[in-house]
Amino acid sequence: MTGSHIPDALANRLATATPPKLAARVRGLSDKAIAWLFITPTMILLLAINIFPLIWTIRLSFTNFRANRTNAVVKGIGLDNYTSILTDPDIWAAMQSTAHFVFWTITLQTLIGFTLAYLLDRKFRGHGFWTTIILIPMMLSPAVVGNFWRFLYQPQIGLFNYIISFFTGVDPSSFEMIGSVTLAPWSIIIVDTWMWTPYVMLICLAGLRSIPDYIYEAAEVDRASTWRQFWSITIPMALPFIMLAVLFRGIENFKMFDMVNLLTSGGPGSTTEVASITLKREAFEKWRTGFSSAFAIILFVTVFGLANIYVKALNQVKSR
Amino acid sequence: MSARSSTAHSVVEPSSTSKLVASVLVVVYALVTMIPLFWIVVTSLKSPPDSISYPPKIVFTPTIEGYCNLFTNQTRQTPEFLATLPPATTACEKVTRERNMVIVGPSNFTKRFFNSLVIAFGSTALSVFLGTIAAYGFSRFKVPLKDDLLFFILSTRMMPPIAVAIPIYLMYRELGLSDTKIGMILLYTAVNVSLAVWLLKGFIDEIPREYEEAAMIDGYTRLQAFRKVVLPQATTGIVATAIFCMIFAWNEYAFAVLLTSGDAQPAPPFIPTIIGEGGMDWPAVGAGTSLFLIPILVFTILLRKHLLRGITFGAVRK
Repeated sequence: MTGSHIPDALANRLATATPPKLAARVRGLSDKAIAWLFITPTMILLLAINIFPLIWTIRLSFTNFRANRTNAVVKGIGLDNYTSILTDPDIWAAMQSTAHFVFWTITLQTLIGFTLAYLLDRKFRGHGFWTTIILIPMMLSPAVVGNFWRFLYQPQIGLFNYIISFFTGVDPSSFEMIGSVTLAPWSIIIVDTWMWTPYVMLICLAGLRSIPDYIYEAAEVDRASTWRQFWSITIPMALPFIMLAVLFRGIENFKMFDMVNLLTSGGPGSTTEVASITLKREAFEKWRTGFSSAFAIILFVTVFGLANIYVKALNQVKSR
Repeated sequence: MSARSSTAHSVVEPSSTSKLVASVLVVVYALVTMIPLFWIVVTSLKSPPDSISYPPKIVFTPTIEGYCNLFTNQTRQTPEFLATLPPATTACEKVTRERNMVIVGPSNFTKRFFNSLVIAFGSTALSVFLGTIAAYGFSRFKVPLKDDLLFFILSTRMMPPIAVAIPIYLMYRELGLSDTKIGMILLYTAVNVSLAVWLLKGFIDEIPREYEEAAMIDGYTRLQAFRKVVLPQATTGIVATAIFCMIFAWNEYAFAVLLTSGDAQPAPPFIPTIIGEGGMDWPAVGAGTSLFLIPILVFTILLRKHLLRGITFGAVRK
């Protein structure tokens, strides 16, 4: 190391001769002070913009407060908001739409994503280039791209309907992806799968690459079939990675808002009204602030539970 | 070593048939997945009638009309009025005159795009700064309840944005931060700092402590060692983290649509509101979408080696 005027040998002797604590004190700020100095700003920001609002939400959730009527008397109404949420059929319908959306997006993304990763792991010529190409959709803005999918889904002029009709012979104006009650839930699943399959693929690919070659060599010596190798080596060893991808996508899609808001905005009726859309309607259209705060808390607790499982799985992956 | 690995490869190296099948399937998937993006660019170069023709046109005469409509506001005029005007000077004026329209001024798109840039850069700079020092603190020192604090930082990212938006909306209204760029910068920083801390902690963990210890033996203070030894070593990680934060801030929609309406509104909530005469002006939307996506495309290619790390909060590294 340069930058010192003392010869290295002398510096080393001095350093070893000085007790570390004293040395630290001599050199100005102690490590402890630096640690706190470095961590506190982040903590203050998170407390101000995440924790303080969270506490405020909890407080509001026990009241009948409405953000568009600031002069009205705010009354504490106890757990009324919570009980009315848990008995509200609209809320349960929203939770069902969310579950449908999360289940199918994750199933499709895991199947397609893992298959793609498995194929890319054949390491054919140019696989790096094609990996990058496939990854592009997941980096784009779900809102801006979701908005454009509205155009692709147009029954008369949209490219999606045209391609479907080209391959199946069905009249392109005979079905409406966004307008129909049966197809609308699938329209958001298709866009989400298009966007996020690369995400699952990338994590699965890391999982497949983490399997050491010698395990396959040993299996080869034991004359295990390719099929057998796939089920007893590839799948179990890549499983923690697949789980990680599933949990991450699960949390993200549970909160899904932007793409759905622009593509269907919950419609037709409320067929694609996932939890975040309901929350937006209650909070920023009907202005039932207290009620929506209670719903927000319920959603947060659910996500937090998922996050806990996620961190445990994460540690398992790391400890391998 | 090389002899051993080459024999090893002969056993596990996939056969050339399986490689061929795999490459065909992957290329087909990649091409299909590119169709929507291709269509965005194609639509941006169409005239409005071409964009809504049936069947969808693949062969058409490209025009800059979509881009003109994106950047300008226009009004319809009578042919008699148009005849009295001086001849059109710019390409955009010519195109709009052909449809009996006159450009009356710039549209809001440039302002919204600029807002997006300011908010993305501002929040990225702030979250990378906070993230770097916090990550160093967590990486090198004994911090009480370290794991709990790190989990707390991560968990803030797990909240549904709409759930946070309710109190933020009320808080910003009280503080006068509604529809301000500084309010959006602070908010995006709070969301991004969790990613920044987790990613950068991973990157800094990989820098051997011995480097700083050697520097400190040479007479550097802890802070000097951090500045002159750790930071240069962490440059790649800091740049990768910055790009991830930038992409998040650039793409964000939920907070933007709920908390901004005019002055501070970034591009994502603005693009869906572009309408022409009698319905969506899809070429203009395509033009706005294309311009909005290009920076991300460039960044994705620059980032490709670090993508995995970024999307898993540093949990999986190659």
